[in-house]
Amino acid sequence: MEKFNTFNGLVAPMDRANVDTDAIIPKQFLKSIKRSGFGQNLFDEWRYLDHGEPGMDASQRQTNPEFVLNKPRYQGAEILLARANFGCGSSREHAPWSLQDYGFRVIIAPSFADIFFNNCFKIGLLPIILEEKILDQLFEAVKATDGYCLTVDLEAQSVNTPDEISFGFEVDTFRKHCLVNGLDEIGLTLQKADKIKQFEQQRREQQPWLYA
Amino acid sequence: MMQTLYDKLWNQHVVHTESDEPGSMALIYIDRHLVHEVTSPQAFESLKLAGRKPWRLNSILAVADHNVPTTDRSQGINDPISRLQVDTLDQNCDELGITEFKMNDVRQGIVHVIGPEQGATLPGMTVVCGDSHTSTHGAFGCLAFGIGTSEVEHVLATQCLLMKKAKAMQIVVRGQLGLGVTAKDIALAVIGKIGTAGGTGYAIEFAGSAIQSLSMEGRMTLCNMAIEAGARAGMIAVDDTTVEYIKGRPFAPQGESWEKAVAYWRTLQSDSGAEFDETIVLDAEAIKPQVTWGTSPEMVTTVDGRVPDPASVVDEVKRHDMEQALKYMGLHANTSIKDIAIDKVFIGSCTNSRIEDLRAVAQVVRGKQVAARVKLALVVPGSGLVKNQAEKEGLDDIFRAAGFEWREPGCSMCLAMNDDRLASGERCASTSNRNFEGRQGPGGRTHLVSPAMAAAAAIAGHFVDVREMSDS
Ligand code: SF4
Repeated sequence: MEKFNTFNGLVAPMDRANVDTDAIIPKQFLKSIKRSGFGQNLFDEWRYLDHGEPGMDASQRQTNPEFVLNKPRYQGAEILLARANFGCGSSREHAPWSLQDYGFRVIIAPSFADIFFNNCFKIGLLPIILEEKILDQLFEAVKATDGYCLTVDLEAQSVNTPDEISFGFEVDTFRKHCLVNGLDEIGLTLQKADKIKQFEQQRREQQPWLYA
Repeated sequence: MMQTLYDKLWNQHVVHTESDEPGSMALIYIDRHLVHEVTSPQAFESLKLAGRKPWRLNSILAVADHNVPTTDRSQGINDPISRLQVDTLDQNCDELGITEFKMNDVRQGIVHVIGPEQGATLPGMTVVCGDSHTSTHGAFGCLAFGIGTSEVEHVLATQCLLMKKAKAMQIVVRGQLGLGVTAKDIALAVIGKIGTAGGTGYAIEFAGSAIQSLSMEGRMTLCNMAIEAGARAGMIAVDDTTVEYIKGRPFAPQGESWEKAVAYWRTLQSDSGAEFDETIVLDAEAIKPQVTWGTSPEMVTTVDGRVPDPASVVDEVKRHDMEQALKYMGLHANTSIKDIAIDKVFIGSCTNSRIEDLRAVAQVVRGKQVAARVKLALVVPGSGLVKNQAEKEGLDDIFRAAGFEWREPGCSMCLAMNDDRLASGERCASTSNRNFEGRQGPGGRTHLVSPAMAAAAAIAGHFVDVREMSDS
């Protein structure tokens, strides 16, 4: 996994609550056996006027000019502002994959669905929870200012505005450690292989039917 | 200290904790890993690339369900991309020696139907699958939750997951359900009450007399939808109903081992006096058949209700969402639910495709005809074994005579990854679990209901209260 450092990025607003994983990446694109290439189908049904199917050439498709991410001013956005319960629905990691592949590195919302939240960390996409009030302010600012950027400092756990207001956020120590150092969780867990074996042995004795 | 069922299940599986502080990361051991074709290929690939092997093969059970056709399978899968995904699962399982029910195996079916059906889901286990509806298995007094593909790989490689303990919520449903009201209606009523994010950060235990009276099928329906309330896990304590259901299933313990297992399973209940972070109480008698009207399961009302009016909502974001939902659904505020006409009916999915669900449908449609305006009414059994059982009972004849199509098992129109789907603008009474935009096909409009309510709607051509349908 890539290391996550401080960075400054363009912000795009997604001003609706309960954005679900079917909207983030519609199921026809889940047929892929690859991990990459989902970015062009992020928010497919909102983003294009025609119906998308795997294998279509995105450059030949008609985009929906009304859709927020299609507006010229949000091209190249790396930070997505969102509303409550972002990422609800399925466990598909294709949702964070598609956001990351599109170019997003941070999503800021007042709340996330549990599985989605978890999946983001696994691939180095940072979900940040800020209060609704703060998000209201940020939504207003991004809509009012062309080229509005935020600086995200994971080490300091803060989101910083151009007018130098800083909002702190919480992040689990272990997850932060993994992100900042770009660590592979499986490798870390395997360092405890002996402990796992010991546990398994004990379990086998107590509940042998689980190992039949 | 008094423990909740969730505490007990959690404590049983902690291999290691980073620190003793509450809320710190723990390494949790996984007993059962269910695998399907959509969320596993990338996990198998990375595992291989890293030169790793599965930790414990006999913890894994694999099946293809999302992409399989529900029509004649002798020709294989038409869609080359779907086929590649199913072939990839077959190859991975063959190569590594993983038990898999292949597409033409009679035991094939939706992953959350076949686990319990085979006795592969047992009380006291941790059960994971790369699918959010893994919460279904919690009906057996186990800790079951959905995971993403990176976690699928993590479990394959280490038999463990790194996670934080959730908070505990208890949802008590007192009294008894009225006739024609089902577990699905409890699930939707709960979501209507707490919202789709109400359970976020919680593991939910369902309790109370109405829950105890549910069959295992009903309990699975309810736990299945815990995720739609935002909770990764739903669970129900072990009782006689649980033990009876498991007895004699292929993967279940037998003989002496069975007795020992049952003795342990009986301890899997919350201690009386155990504390929950949140408790919600519902009266079963007050629950009526539910129908969703919007594009989120929390947008739900009772069959005798009306489509709500966004103008009456103060919160701006919420009002906007409602307006958007009504626009997508092609509905007007204040329309009576019973005046909503439907084009298609889908009976199936991991929520409602078990034998009891099919019996409930048969009871409603026996000797009747699907309304002329309904273009397609599908019954898709949850597994090959459910299909066989239904045919043994003659349910398939009842369905066909009434004008339903009787299909091969799979996820089908629950998420429309195969050929079963809604056309744009079509309206469907569906027994599945998600009414998101485009879920059942781009532009398709989904109303979530119980099997009995879907059956009644099929006959009437619009929503009706199944409790008011005559038996003639
Ligand atoms: S039936 Fe639907 S919800 Fe259940 S596993 Fe299949 S696609 Fe997912």
